Amino acid sequence: MPEATNTREAILSRIRATNPTADAAVCTSEYQAIERAYQQSASMDRASIIRTFIERLHEYDANVTETSVDGIATAIAEILNTHSQKSTVLADNFKQQFLPADFHCVRESQITKEQLNTIEGAISECEVAIAHTGTIIIRGSRQITLLPDRYLCVVSESQVVETVPEAIAVLEKFAAEPLTFISGPSATADIEMTRIRGVHGPRILDIVLVRD
Amino acid sequence: MSIRVGEAAEAPSFQKAALPLLDDTQLRKNVRHATDVITNKRAIVVGEQHDWQQLRSAASAIKEHTLRHLDHYLLQFEAACTAAGGHVHWASDADEANRIIVDLVKQYGGKEVIKVKTMTSDEIGLNKAFEANGIHPHETDLADMIIQLGHDKPSHIVVPALHKNRQQVREIFMQAMGLSELGDKPEDLTNAARHYLREKFLKVGIGFSGANYLLADTGGVCVVESEGNGRMCLTLPDVLITVAGIEKVIPGFRDLEIFLQLLPRSATGERMNPYNSLWTGVHDGDGPQHFHIVLLDNGRTRILADPESRQTLHCIRCGACLNTCPVYRQTGGHAYGSIYAGPIGAILTPQLFDMQHSQSLPYASSLCGACYEVCPVKINIPEVLIHLRGRVVREQQSGANIEAMGMKAMANIFASRRRFEAAQRLGRIGQWPFVSEGWVKHLPGMLGNWTSVRDLQSMPQQSFRSWWRDRKKSAVAKEKADA
Ligand code: SF4
Repeated sequence: MPEATNTREAILSRIRATNPTADAAVCTSEYQAIERAYQQSASMDRASIIRTFIERLHEYDANVTETSVDGIATAIAEILNTHSQKSTVLADNFKQQFLPADFHCVRESQITKEQLNTIEGAISECEVAIAHTGTIIIRGSRQITLLPDRYLCVVSESQVVETVPEAIAVLEKFAAEPLTFISGPSATADIEMTRIRGVHGPRILDIVLVRD
Repeated sequence: MSIRVGEAAEAPSFQKAALPLLDDTQLRKNVRHATDVITNKRAIVVGEQHDWQQLRSAASAIKEHTLRHLDHYLLQFEAACTAAGGHVHWASDADEANRIIVDLVKQYGGKEVIKVKTMTSDEIGLNKAFEANGIHPHETDLADMIIQLGHDKPSHIVVPALHKNRQQVREIFMQAMGLSELGDKPEDLTNAARHYLREKFLKVGIGFSGANYLLADTGGVCVVESEGNGRMCLTLPDVLITVAGIEKVIPGFRDLEIFLQLLPRSATGERMNPYNSLWTGVHDGDGPQHFHIVLLDNGRTRILADPESRQTLHCIRCGACLNTCPVYRQTGGHAYGSIYAGPIGAILTPQLFDMQHSQSLPYASSLCGACYEVCPVKINIPEVLIHLRGRVVREQQSGANIEAMGMKAMANIFASRRRFEAAQRLGRIGQWPFVSEGWVKHLPGMLGNWTSVRDLQSMPQQSFRSWWRDRKKSAVAKEKADA
């Protein structure tokens, strides 16, 4: 494809005409010298961080259930009961021991997206969560956390950090994997700037927060 | 190279286009309401972010650095994205980008495409190119649907349909979706959109998106959204095509820690928008198995070449400068004749055209500086506006244009305080035949062009500077007298 190559070269040479190409080492050292005077680590104690996280989730209209490790299965059972949820899909790596006894579900790798569309809810864990913004970050599992109308995420207290930069630092090692940042249920403000819950993504977001 | 920015090249001047809009009271009411709401929400969440200024400074420094090494970062992105299974294409202008994208869709045998909100695709006029080739694009962002189904044009870069209220949206949806009944509560309308699009999301095999950030170190792409339609387009189809301006690249994954804090607070006044998606090439068993990205120039390298205005390319399209702009708030977005409206549009559109079109836009501003103050990446828009006015004047100098001459004289006058003050004294004397109740509404002769679209406040009898001087003098006199 000679034309494509030419375009690429043409664009690069137009850029270089304005930017005398510095060598990579200069670029790196300039980048490292950029001042990052914003907050990069936690400033609050753990209790306040968790409190903030819960407050933010409530502001987004997410439901929060606090429990201990031993209580996870019961908490999940209760939530599914309130929704009278009959069908559930699980992230492939979701731990069996967190599930209620004789619990009926499918794993994400076992179904097609068409089947997924008929399932009522999904359950997974997250990788890290941000108190400051009420955000959970999911690694993979992009379709199951999207198509069913209810999404339940199990977050352990130790995964909650205060700030966005701390979360990005945790995620650095998964940077090349598919990541989804979720802050509350799907919403829009496109009509008269009113935040309306639930356009295309899950309309119900349940967080099970596991206290240490 | 033929640069296209939507249909801006054919658009009337701002001054002409604004006139009928100023009479559209419904539109002005809708625009005022929406911009008031976002501006207030933004002020609250920005106010609580105690390190806001440090974030802005870092963002600005990163953008400046990236532009200085743009070739390096684009190549790094290309290599990393390719290694992760993506295909990288380069396009000099709109036509080339459209050709690449249409060919890809044909190559994968697609007749329909699901699209997530992208200004860049509006810039290159992609939907027209699709339709000319028998491909049906489905806009899936609620606001874009309202625009597409209502055969309208976007009027804001973040909330493109903010000029429509719920009753108007209801009408559009009922007609386009063939519904005999539909409530006008926002919930009813979002529900209608959910049902209308769900099947498309599952059936259409090709997704199309823009990008908020390209990460040079990982080759990853980040899209920021609210509704989940973006996630649908990015994860359900087998093929994903993305278009991104070359200025969207940032050095690394880590830099998201800055931009993911600045963008949502500036754009919608939220601490974080509901969804951010990040992917890198293709991922086995998760999402599209074919990924193509088109890196678009379309005039950007020209902007890069002007050291005084290349900061225009820092823009992260948050829309804060539109919401705060007293001119935009009066006219809404359509007066700008470009998909890029408001202060950023006033500097971006004419520059993409190398100042050959949209020359009235740099004048669509009162230079009040509100846009600079809110800009999360610290683009000094007033400075760029003035610089571009200079370029417009220079362009027009060949034809003896009275405004150009005036501007040139003005430049001379502004350059010296003595000359400026002398001009003010002259003006005060010269204006009296034209002043009525404190306003100058009609100037004679060729200057009438200027006042046909502007009411000038008459010059006060005393300038601020001379009042200040007198005040000081009298204070000193008073002190002396007291002593
Ligand atoms: S110029 Fe600044 S304020 Fe305006 S849209 Fe771009 S980033 Fe936002």
